Order: sequence, then structure tokens, then C-alpha cells
Amino acid sequence: MQTTNIFSFHGGIHPPENKAQSLTLPLGHPSLPKELILPLSQHIGQSSRPLVNQGEQVLKGQAVAINNGFLSSFLHAPTSGTITAIEERVIAHPSGLSDLCIVIEPDGNDCWTERKPLDDWRRISKTDVLSYLAEMGIVGMGGAGFPTQVKLQGAHKHPLTHFIINAAECEPYITADDMLIREKAEQLVLGIEVLQHLVEADQVIIGIEDNKPQAIAALNNALAQHNNTIQVAVVPTKYPSGGEKQLIQLLTGKEVPSGQHPADIGILCQNVGTCVAVHDSIYLGQPLITRFTTLTGDALKAPQNVEVLLGTPVKHLLDYAQATHKKISRLVMGGPMMGFTLNSIDAPIVKTSNCILAASKKELPAPAPEQACIRCGMCEQACPASLLPQQLLWFSKSQEFEKAEHYNLFDCIECGACSYVCPSSIPLVQYYRHTKSSIREAREAAVKSDLAKQRFEARKARQEAEAAEKEAKRLARQKTSTQKTEGKATETKKATPAAETKTAIPDESKKLKVDIALAKNKLKKLQKQLVEAQENEHVEEINHLQLQVTEQEKTLSLLEQQLEKMATTPAEKSTKAAPAPVNEELKKAKIDVALIGAKLKKAQKQLAESPDDNELKANVRELEKGLAQAQSLLDRLTSSTAAQKADTPQKASSKPTVNDDLKKAKIDLAIAKAAVKKVEKALKKAEELKAPESGTLRQQLQEAQQRADSLEKALSNPQTQSPATEATKSNASTDESAAQKEQIKKQKIASAMAKAAINKLKKRLAAEPDQAESIQQEIAAAEKRQQEADALLAQLTQSQDTM
Amino acid sequence: MALLRITSPHTQRAGRRTSWVMLMVILATIPGIAVQSWLFGWGTLINLAIAAITALLSEAAVLTMRRRSVAFYLKDYSALLTAVLLGIALPPSVPWWVTVTAVAFAVIFAKQLYGGLGNNPFNPAMVGYAIVLVSFPVPMTQWVGASDMVSSGSMLSLSQSLQAIFHHLPSIDSYTMATPLDGFKHKDSLSSTAAFNSIASLKGANLNSWLFINGAYLLGGLILLALRIITWHTPVAVLSSLSVISGVFYLIDPNHAATPWFHLTTGAAMFGAFFIATDPVTSCTSNRGKLVYGTGIGILIYVIRTWGGYPDGIAFGVLLMNFAAPLIDYYTQPRTYGHKKAKKGLTIKEDN
Repeated sequence: MQTTNIFSFHGGIHPPENKAQSLTLPLGHPSLPKELILPLSQHIGQSSRPLVNQGEQVLKGQAVAINNGFLSSFLHAPTSGTITAIEERVIAHPSGLSDLCIVIEPDGNDCWTERKPLDDWRRISKTDVLSYLAEMGIVGMGGAGFPTQVKLQGAHKHPLTHFIINAAECEPYITADDMLIREKAEQLVLGIEVLQHLVEADQVIIGIEDNKPQAIAALNNALAQHNNTIQVAVVPTKYPSGGEKQLIQLLTGKEVPSGQHPADIGILCQNVGTCVAVHDSIYLGQPLITRFTTLTGDALKAPQNVEVLLGTPVKHLLDYAQATHKKISRLVMGGPMMGFTLNSIDAPIVKTSNCILAASKKELPAPAPEQACIRCGMCEQACPASLLPQQLLWFSKSQEFEKAEHYNLFDCIECGACSYVCPSSIPLVQYYRHTKSSIREAREAAVKSDLAKQRFEARKARQEAEAAEKEAKRLARQKTSTQKTEGKATETKKATPAAETKTAIPDESKKLKVDIALAKNKLKKLQKQLVEAQENEHVEEINHLQLQVTEQEKTLSLLEQQLEKMATTPAEKSTKAAPAPVNEELKKAKIDVALIGAKLKKAQKQLAESPDDNELKANVRELEKGLAQAQSLLDRLTSSTAAQKADTPQKASSKPTVNDDLKKAKIDLAIAKAAVKKVEKALKKAEELKAPESGTLRQQLQEAQQRADSLEKALSNPQTQSPATEATKSNASTDESAAQKEQIKKQKIASAMAKAAINKLKKRLAAEPDQAESIQQEIAAAEKRQQEADALLAQLTQSQDTM
Repeated sequence: MALLRITSPHTQRAGRRTSWVMLMVILATIPGIAVQSWLFGWGTLINLAIAAITALLSEAAVLTMRRRSVAFYLKDYSALLTAVLLGIALPPSVPWWVTVTAVAFAVIFAKQLYGGLGNNPFNPAMVGYAIVLVSFPVPMTQWVGASDMVSSGSMLSLSQSLQAIFHHLPSIDSYTMATPLDGFKHKDSLSSTAAFNSIASLKGANLNSWLFINGAYLLGGLILLALRIITWHTPVAVLSSLSVISGVFYLIDPNHAATPWFHLTTGAAMFGAFFIATDPVTSCTSNRGKLVYGTGIGILIYVIRTWGGYPDGIAFGVLLMNFAAPLIDYYTQPRTYGHKKAKKGLTIKEDN
């Protein structure tokens, strides 16, 4: 066995360990509780989807909930019994809120479902092993509950140099991992072997704090028996050496770059509990249904570690450990440094519950009143992330969020070391949490307000268009009554505004097109980011990005609708917009007349009072002249608008029926396309998990695609026909170009699809090198397809440009 | 059963509260106070008593006016610490009203008017000291001499000290003499060797008494370091920059410049480096910042001692660097975990 270099990290604290209490008794096995409560959200990511209904009988180990998307997990019945409810129950969460839970009433038989160990895990493809682990509901058991298969997939991005098993357990009071290693060292080693087989790291290191001599001995013993290359690195006891980033620094001397993940520097961390769970699932076929949990605290008469079924209510465990309920002043799930308080003893144990600390008032007294920060810098000396906590406090208090971010607030791991040492009893971590969430909220609000602004502007444009349309119709109606009287007089005048509007409309549509292109670009970018975030496990970002993507999609479809409207009714539009400038002038002229009239009246009155005033007389004369001019202008304008109205209906009436059909067809097409997309997505997911449904899904996809294709054809037909029904040349040309555009779009889609296919194949190639040849052929074919599509696309765009 | 619901962490380091920090600093001055009293008589202790009473009364008065809990804030001992530092810094025979002025100004104006503990930009004790130094230069420069050097040949008795402080002691001149720094400053054109031979205040006995005092404060400072109440950065930076700059000038002109040893063992060098410059509220926060801050103080001390108008420069050096502390802080942020470089300044830039 090699020895590894141990490095050091900045700061850290040495709180009283309080680990002896829970290690005096051997591992306990509590009896079956009256009911088991399984929250659907025990892990990071989307909550699972229940597979069972109320009243159903389930066997031990039977899956009761399936993963819901990429970042999610399975759930299994911890014992056999009846599903009594699927309802909101209090869960173990810092918020103290309720969440949807599957409630199982045990029948007491503890009857297993059929267990299928994965004996040939060395031979079958790694993807299959990963999907098996996903089906077994394995998540990280150290704290966050990150779905293990996702983490392992992420580890493939870079060649792994280090695979670190976190057995540091630096939090005071907790001894669950210590006990787990003592009890199951062999299983742990076998589990690590499975994981190492999956990730193939250069070095496998178990990091463990030097305050667990028995566990270290058990580990060395197990490793000696298995003659393994796994190293044990004993690190000095210092909180928070068990933090992922800190342990990596301790064992490798490397730092995980800010905002990145250990996988980005070729390191993977797994908790010991996870490794044992992997062993149990692969070798025994047992899904994750139990875990080791420490029951400790002064309020318990028999503090100890227990192997407990998931879903066991905390109350049951407290009774098992002979709790004096009156003595419990604070009930913490997790350790005293990073755990959270429970406000109900009915909350259940979940996959990540490593400790229940039932503390008496004396043990964890209420915090002392906060005093002023004297900037003593003790927090700074303790901070494992080398932050300046006192400055961050200052910025948090004064809500200078930009400065707080500049001082790397988001690199805070909330370990609590600063609060622990603060002589002024300032709850620093709480300030940081609040500031972080405020900043996140502000970011989200900024995105939302941007979108709202875009929506508002689009709505305004739409409303204006509608108003203009209405106005045009109104004028058309009015015109029919006055048509005969003043028909010919103003034919010459009408020509100019019409020309103006013709240029205005293409301008607008051009602008819209640019907008659409921009929106599409943004959407693509966002989608890319989303995929990246999912791959990189940025849980916070995923929801945020999802929101943005959907919003962007909405705006895009809105814009496209608008463009469609404009493209299909250019003629209508041109007449619609025409009267607007004339109307303006008309209004102005009317106002002028009224104004001058009023002035004239006033002057005349004055003149009547003092008839000898020459100045007034001159004034009146001038005003009369002005009035006459204004009146003549008004007359001219009214006659011209009236003449214009005469022309509108002929153009307006021609298209609507064709347009309606077209619209309908387009909508149908959009629906079909959406269906295709949906099925494609489902297929992708199924493929990822190697689920059996993938065959049927593929069929569905083909059907949906056919439907979409036929619709598209149908759509292109009326489009080519419609110009024939309308005699005007301009319309014909625009529709022709629209058809061409449609074709271009189609080619673009084809090219994009080919590209996607290539990418997918390449991925598969990386995952399954044994099928390399056939896949490579497929890739070549797809590339050819793409090239063809690209060539055609280029041709089309060229011809469009020349038009 | 009502369960307490608060966020993590749920424990705190036992015992080490702000009041404990202040108390430890006060206690760490005891060796220095003892040596000072042994060498210069009762004056320092009487000063301390006057200063303590003034500080507590002024603090209580302002807290009452600000409608804050008087007991809660008096119990943090910060006012008391300001009083102790001033009581030590003021000459042992200074009239009572000088002490009262200094302390009251320090507590009321330099501390409470800025918002109380933690919010004052300037070291309150040094603001109080500077005010009286500028306002009452004569009593402030009368320092009791070592007993076998002064003309009376003895130390002030308790009654004489009380008389000097509260009333007027006509024979005070026979008990006082210039401090070594004062003496060296006024050696005029004499060369260093001649000055050390001829000027009384630069004789071995007087130098030794200041050596003892500085040694005692060094001891107190080391206690603070051991207790991790202060870090080594500021005192080491102050003392090393003071010795480096004095060493450079001594090498350039050994005839007229004093040795680094002289600068480190006279005046308030150790007291300033360990007890004044390390005031956490007004100094820099990051370790690198503390180094810059301390270096600045060391250089300013030498500059003021050598070319300035006052014999010692701790107070002004510290106050001037207090001005610069926020700026230094912006440019001396530590490199955070996971970042390639430390951030500098306040330009909000892309992450590195």
C-alpha cells in the first residue's frame, strides 16, 4: 500500500468532537415502525413519479416511484406492506414544509420482491451498469443526495486522475460512516471496486480523519485481504476536511476552480455510504432502502448508530434511543455545523439523513445576542475558502450585492466555521444565505422583467396592427357611402402614400425577421446552456434556465405568428396602413381651423368693443385669411381620404378564406412537429436509460414524423395554389419567396437533424467502442446527408438572394 | 415540546466572546503597566483610574442618549480598553483634565458618534491622544524620568503624584526629564556618539528603563499572539519596517541617525506595534492588508520621529494609516479557493 501526500487547506476549526457518545453501543436495528413515509423528493433534481396507487400491495425492494427526467431517482419500498396514502406530509427539509410522500403501512412480513444481482457487471457495458444503479435508486449519501449515475456519467468528461472516497466525516457528533466502515469494510471495498471499474481513475484514495482508528484498522484489514490498489489517506482531524472541495485539496493539493466541478479537473468524490449501497445493489440486488444513521444528543439515554429503513419517522428512532422528549430543545438533522433543525418529530429519515441530534438546552444553548462586528478577523482565519467573511457581512448588511459578489460570496460553502468562531455571535452564514438568495432572486427578476418587456412590446405592436386594421375597415364602410360623389377627384393624390406604405411594410417584416433570428439564436444558446447545466450538474441553474427557455420559446412563437400574419396579408396591410398619415394631417387641419376660428371670434369681439382700433382690424383680417387657408386645406384632405377609401375593399376582400385555411394547416403542422419533438425527447431519455419502451417510442416517433411530413406537404400545396387565385403580381412574388423560404427552412431542419444524428452517433461511439464499425458507417451516411442538405440550402439561399 | 428552529451552525466556540477578547487585551497590558509603575511611580495607575471612570461614564451617557442598552454595551469592555490604552500612553504626571479630555473625546467623538463599537474609522485611543498632544503640548511632553537620573534623585511618592495630577506640584520639573526620543530629536548638530555621551536623557539608565518597558509590552503582545487574539502580521510589519528604514538611514549616516535597536526599544514602539496598530476595527482585514498597513505605520513612525515635529510618531502614524486602511483592503483581498488570482480593487469584472 502506497502512502499518499497529505496537503493542507486554509482555515478550519476544531470544535469539540462529541463522537464518543454514539459509539459506546453497537449498531442498532430498530423495529418496523407503524408506517413508513417516503418523500418523493429525497435527492437533488426533480422529484420522482409514483408508480403505485393507494391501496396497492408492495413487496420489499419493489420500485414505488420512477425517476422523472435526467436528474432524478428511483424509490423503493423499504418493506412489504400496503400503500395507505400518497399525500402531503411533513418532510425533513430546512423549510419545515410538507411535500408529497408515499406512505406505506408495513405488513410485518418483510417479504422481498425478486432480487436480481448484477453478477456480470464486469462484462456488460458500463452504461447498463449505470442504468442499473439508477434503477436501484442510488444517490450520494453524504449530504446532497446527488443521483449517483449522473455524477458517474459526468466523471467521463475528463480522464480521471483521482477517485476519492470520502470517509472524513468531519462534523462533530456524527459517527455513521465510522460505524459503517467498521461493520462493512469488505462491502465498502467491493463497492469501490465496482465504481472504479466504471470510472477507471488513475488513483483510488480513501480519505479518512485520524480520529477513527478502529475504522482505519478495519479498512486496512479489508484492503489487505483483497490485495487492492486502493490507498488509505489519513488526514488530520479538522473541520471541514470532509467538505468535497477541502478533501480534494487535502489529498491532491488541487483546487476545484470556482463555478466548476471536481470532474472538470479529473476528480470524482463518493461517500462511503454510497459505495456500500452500490455494493448492495450490484452484489445482492438490494435497492437503496436502508442507511446508517447516528442517533445522538444529551436528550437520548441510549445514543447509538442504527441501520434504519428509509421513511422511518424520527419519532420512532427517538423512542428507540430512549429519548427524554422534554429535554429536547433542538432537533437537528445532520451535524451541529451544517445540519438543519426539524420542527416536527414526524418527519421521516431520507436517503441523506446521516444523523439525528436531539440536543438538550445545555448542549446547544440558544445563540447569544449578536454584538457589533469588531473585524477581529477570526472568521477570516477560519474560512476554508479564504474569503473575507467580515467584509461579506458588511456588504450583506448594507445590501451591496455587487460588492458581495465581487468578494466571491458564491464561493462560500456555508460550512459555518466563521459563525462558530465569531466572538460577537454574529450568525454570519445566515447573512450570506440571505444575500445569496437575494442575488439569485434579483437575477431571476431581471430575466423576467426583460421577457415581460419584450412581451409588452410585442403586444403593443400587435394591438397597433389590430387598431389600424379596424380603422381601415371603418373607413372602407364609410367610403362606400361617399364613393359616388367624390370618386375621381383625388386619384392622383392617393398614389404617393400607397407607395410609401408598401415600402414600410417590407421594412417591418424585415425587422420582425431579424427579431425572430435573434430570438432563435438566443433560444439555441439557452438550450445549449441548459444541456450543459444538466451535464455539469448545476442544479441551481437548471430551473432558472428552464424558465428562460420556455419564455424564449413563447416569445419566438409569438414573433413567428406575427410574421406569418404580415407575410400572408401584405396587400391587406398596405391598404390598412395607408390612411394613417392622411388622417394625421386631416386632424391637424381640423384643429387648425378650430383654433383660428376661436382666435377670430375673440378678435372680432374685441373689435366690437373698440371699433376704432386699427391694429385689431388688421389682426382680424389676417386671422380670417388664415382660417380660409386652413379650411381649404381641410377640404382637400377630406376629399382625398374619401377617395382613398374607395379603393380599399377590393384589395381587402380577396384573401381571407385562403388565409384561414393556410393558418389552420400551419397550426396543425406546428402541433404535429411538437408531437415529434416530444416523442424524440422521450426516446432520448429511454435510450439513456436503456428502457424497454424505446422500441415503441421509436415507432411513435416515425408515425408522428410521417404525420408532420404529410401536413407540411399539404401546407405547401395551398400556398402554391393561393397565388393563382389572386391576380396581383406583388402577391404572387411574395408567396413564391415564402414558399422558397419554407423550403430553406426545411433544408435547414434536415441539416440540423443530420448534425444531431451525427453527434448522437459519435456519443454512442464513445460509449460503445465495440460497435465502432457499424456506428462509423452510420456516421458517414449521416454526414453525407448533412452535406447534401447543406448544399441544397446554399443553392436555395442564393436563389433567394438573387430574387 | 417547542423545538428551537434556527439555521446552522448550531454551536459556537465556548467562551471566546468579544468581551473576552477585550478583557484579554487589557490583561496583556499588565506586565507593561507594572514595569511602568515600577520605573515612574504611581502616575500611570492614577491615570488609568481616571481614564477608566471617564470612559465608562461617557460611554454610558452616549448610550443613554442613543437609547441603547447601557449594561449590554459596557459589558463588552471596549470602552475600558480605550481607557487603559490612553492611561498607558499619557505621561504619568499629566494633569487630570488632560486625561479626561483625551478619554472623553476618544469615546464620545471618535467612537460613539460614528455608531459605536465596530463602526469607528479611527483608533479612538489615538484620536484622544492626538487631540491632547496638539492642544496641550507642555504637559504632554513632561515625562517622569528614571529616579536616579532626575535632579530630585527619587520617584514621585503617591501623594506627590496625586498632587501633580489633581492640583499642581511646583517641584514637578525636578522629577521629569526628556524621553530618549525627545533627547535625540533635540541633539541638533551633535553627532550620535557625542549625543549619547553628553545628553542626560540618552544615558544608559534612561535608555534601559525604556528598554524594560518595551520588553514588557513585547511580552504582553506575545501573549496576545499565543491566544490568537491578534495575528503576527501587523506587529511584525510595523517592527520590521521600522528597523529596516532606520537601518538604511543608519547605514547611510551613522553619525546622525540612530540605530534600529534605539528605535525599537524607545518610545512606544512595542506598545504601538502590539496594542495600538492591531486594533481590529480600524486596521486592515486581510493578512496581506495587515502587512501593508503595518509597514506603512513603521515607516511613518520613523518619518515623524526623525523629521516631524513630535518626538514619537505612533499616534499619527496609526491615524494616517487608518485613513488608508479601506483602500488597502480593496487591493489586498486574499485569493479565494478555486480562483487563479486574487481580486483587486473594486472594479466589478468577469471572474478569473
